[in-house]
Amino acid sequence: MSASLNAKIAQVFDEPGCDVNQAKGEKERKKGCTKQLTPGAAAGGCAFDGAKIALQPIVDVAHLVHGPIACEGNSWDNRHSASSGPQTYRTGFTTDINEFDVVYGGEKRLFKAIREIVEKVDPPAVFVYQTCVTAMIGDDVDAVCKRASEKFGKPVIPVNSPGFAGPKNLGNKLGAEALLDHVIGTVEPELSTPYDINIIGEYNLSGELWQVKPLLDALGVRIVSCISGDGRYNEIASSHRARANMMVCSKSMINVATRMQQRWGIPYFEGSFYGISDMSMTLREIARLLVERGAPAELQGRTEALIVAEEARAWERIRAYRERLAGKKVLLITGGVKSWSVVSALQEAGLEVVGTSTKKSTKEDKQKIKEIMGDDAHMIDDMTPREMYAMLRDAKADIMLSGGRSQFVALKARMPWMDINQERHHAFAGYEGMVTMVAEIDKALFNPVWREVRSPAPWEVVDPLLVEA
Amino acid sequence: MALVTESKKACAVNPLKMSAPLGASYAFMGLESCMPMMHGSQGCTSFGVVLLVRHFKEAIPLQTTAMNEVTTILGGYDNLEKALLNIRSRAKPAIIAICSTGLTETKGDDVDGYIRLARQKHPELADTEIVYVSTPDYVGAFQDGWAKAVQMLASTLPVEQVEKRERQVNVLPGCHLTPGDLEELREIIEAFGLQPVFVPDVSGSLDGHIPEQWLGTTLGGTPLAELRTLGAAAHTLAIGEQMRPAAQALADRCGVPFTLFDRLTGLTASDAFVKTLAELSGQPVPAKLRRQRSQLVDAMLDGHFHLGNVKVAIAAEPDLLWSTGMFLAEMGMELGVCVTTTASPLLEKLPTSEVLIGDLEDFERSAAAAGCDLLITHSQGRQAAERLAKPLFRIGMPMFDRVGNAHLCHVGYRGTRNLVYAVGNLMIEQIAHHGPQDWPLPAASRVAAVAHVPARIERLPKPGDQLAPASA
Repeated sequence: MSASLNAKIAQVFDEPGCDVNQAKGEKERKKGCTKQLTPGAAAGGCAFDGAKIALQPIVDVAHLVHGPIACEGNSWDNRHSASSGPQTYRTGFTTDINEFDVVYGGEKRLFKAIREIVEKVDPPAVFVYQTCVTAMIGDDVDAVCKRASEKFGKPVIPVNSPGFAGPKNLGNKLGAEALLDHVIGTVEPELSTPYDINIIGEYNLSGELWQVKPLLDALGVRIVSCISGDGRYNEIASSHRARANMMVCSKSMINVATRMQQRWGIPYFEGSFYGISDMSMTLREIARLLVERGAPAELQGRTEALIVAEEARAWERIRAYRERLAGKKVLLITGGVKSWSVVSALQEAGLEVVGTSTKKSTKEDKQKIKEIMGDDAHMIDDMTPREMYAMLRDAKADIMLSGGRSQFVALKARMPWMDINQERHHAFAGYEGMVTMVAEIDKALFNPVWREVRSPAPWEVVDPLLVEA
Repeated sequence: MALVTESKKACAVNPLKMSAPLGASYAFMGLESCMPMMHGSQGCTSFGVVLLVRHFKEAIPLQTTAMNEVTTILGGYDNLEKALLNIRSRAKPAIIAICSTGLTETKGDDVDGYIRLARQKHPELADTEIVYVSTPDYVGAFQDGWAKAVQMLASTLPVEQVEKRERQVNVLPGCHLTPGDLEELREIIEAFGLQPVFVPDVSGSLDGHIPEQWLGTTLGGTPLAELRTLGAAAHTLAIGEQMRPAAQALADRCGVPFTLFDRLTGLTASDAFVKTLAELSGQPVPAKLRRQRSQLVDAMLDGHFHLGNVKVAIAAEPDLLWSTGMFLAEMGMELGVCVTTTASPLLEKLPTSEVLIGDLEDFERSAAAAGCDLLITHSQGRQAAERLAKPLFRIGMPMFDRVGNAHLCHVGYRGTRNLVYAVGNLMIEQIAHHGPQDWPLPAASRVAAVAHVPARIERLPKPGDQLAPASA
């Protein structure tokens, strides 16, 4: 790993916006916040994966992976980050280096690959992702990108986040660093208004941004850029002229928010689109920050009126499920904000949350869980699949909400399951999203298939252990 | 017959290929009580798990040595040792199967040496079989990784001297066969009174069943005991050209002769397989199979109307391309475009002008240029199909936008029948409804016709018109 990457990681770790980091001593802070992974018992993506997740939703640029086939060939076009226009981001570009490149270096191939993309696709920019093998052999991606930018007259952005640098979460931040170093602030916008905001850390999975955008449109608030869902290169490049920033999704891109505050004085707040009260809080914060920065004060009044109308509409639709869902027990296995932000909606629908995982949650997240669920909140720090399976099989929960990885734990126990993480097909953001989520839980719980699949095979009925007393 | 060329592009666009370590890991998933592991960064494993989960809709056991920058440079012994101990104590597998990745191969980790050292230092590992195959990401494709893994298993695990079992036949299936294909082959082989041992056997582990309890390892597949006694078999049946090195390795080690079938999709291809089984078993072909053959012949007759002369573009790994492409050609389809991932001696024998080792961009462009009416590849062909507005028939891996992939079956008489019907039905959906403008005449014909039109066309009287008096 180059010295510059080491410096970059140190910089990412020394994050003023992160209270965990600020609470540490000097020595601890130097060590960084990456937990050592356990060989033979690790799950989760690498830093390259994280950088790709963070940046791939920029829809009009070409994303070129410099490395062997595994990095892109095994993974391209595998997320539901939606675009309202260009589809360039869904094309898999990779240098697919061979043994010859490993021995002699892959820089020439990389340069040619960029040329081919510029000639064929002519995107507004090319993002080049470094990977483990090309980092190991010393390919200088920064230099190749610089040369290519000069030669082809368009931005070629190096994303220095090889897989072995750390876990996915670090990769999110290193991807964001590439935007801070090379993109944000490089273009001046044609139009600026007092109602301009950026949304940072929202990936528009299953089109969730579009469950929220109509609310902002109704208020006259302009999303200058979303970093990075349904993002456009030029919008992100000119995002430094926004009046306020909203940071979504816990801390995956906190460095963008803090650095934009330092460099251009743009205030930010942390918000969430998940859950009804969180959505309202987010709208309030947007209005508050914009008014603080000079937007007419009447924005706040209009925001409150919209919140009243939309909350009432959502609660009414959710209450329709109450009778059916009352007392059903939910096991919530997710991370970060979602470990608490969806809880109030679940509770309002009459559901009982019997456990929520806090593996990827911050100290604040845990505090919020306590506020919402009380002191007896059942926080699960690290649950093995075997434990989850036992919990479901023993009917301590009626449904599990989790990411795709653990779905089979529930399904093999013949228990309802609903996807709540990034691979899901349903959009759960904003007021609309919570209603959809409750409807999906209802759909999963009351499917007659559960009775069918739990019925014993005819040859099993004679087993006295399986006969109900 | 075909010219085999390799794409000269510096940038692969929309990859068709998946990596060799993933192919090797997939092979290890067909061993019972196994924990496959990639020696590399945790992303290598994570991407593989996601891909296989989306294809099979099953929990996928696949571990990682979780290498980082420092451990890569200092060498991966410590991580490998920790991983072996962790896996042994947590998942308690019978076999830990390791493959390398681009990262650890670039460094040059001596994994065989590491395993020996770990065994010396930790005698408790003696109860766990540990196997290793070298699969750098930057060499070959998924199919090559699978082939290397099975070759390694065949040349290391079987006991050399073992008592013969005259009814046992070993089956070495290529990675292009689905769990459903393996189940079909088992049924055919057992119909002759033979006892097949599949290596690997993904039909036991990835066939989508509900296990009695939650296990961290594979949930079925070839047991270690059967791997050790492969030498007892009377014969080995290798399915797919990729399995030749593995079959040869087993023949060299244990003296089991082998027959290689380059494909089992198609009438004559299935005939050859059934004939071999009859010879090996000394039994006549069972009535059930005779009936199935007759059904396939009928299916081919019914299907040929819809497949004949259709120009098709196929992109798949060599053995899958060969078995699907050859059969569709036998059904009268024209192989307009053939794209594949890696070299194979079969490619030049395909009945087409050119086989390109390339990606799905090459596939899309060539299919458009050749005017192909049907695209056949894995689910990543969906964008191309949308852009070209042509039907996509999915084969191979990954197939993330379909359910039931484990049970697709395209081998033997019944499986081939399935394939005829599936492709035939897809083509029936494309039958155009014609309109009055569909067959315009060329300008020359129109001009020719106009030249002979009389200046004034006499109007015929309508029925009921008052006729002019004849005597006017």
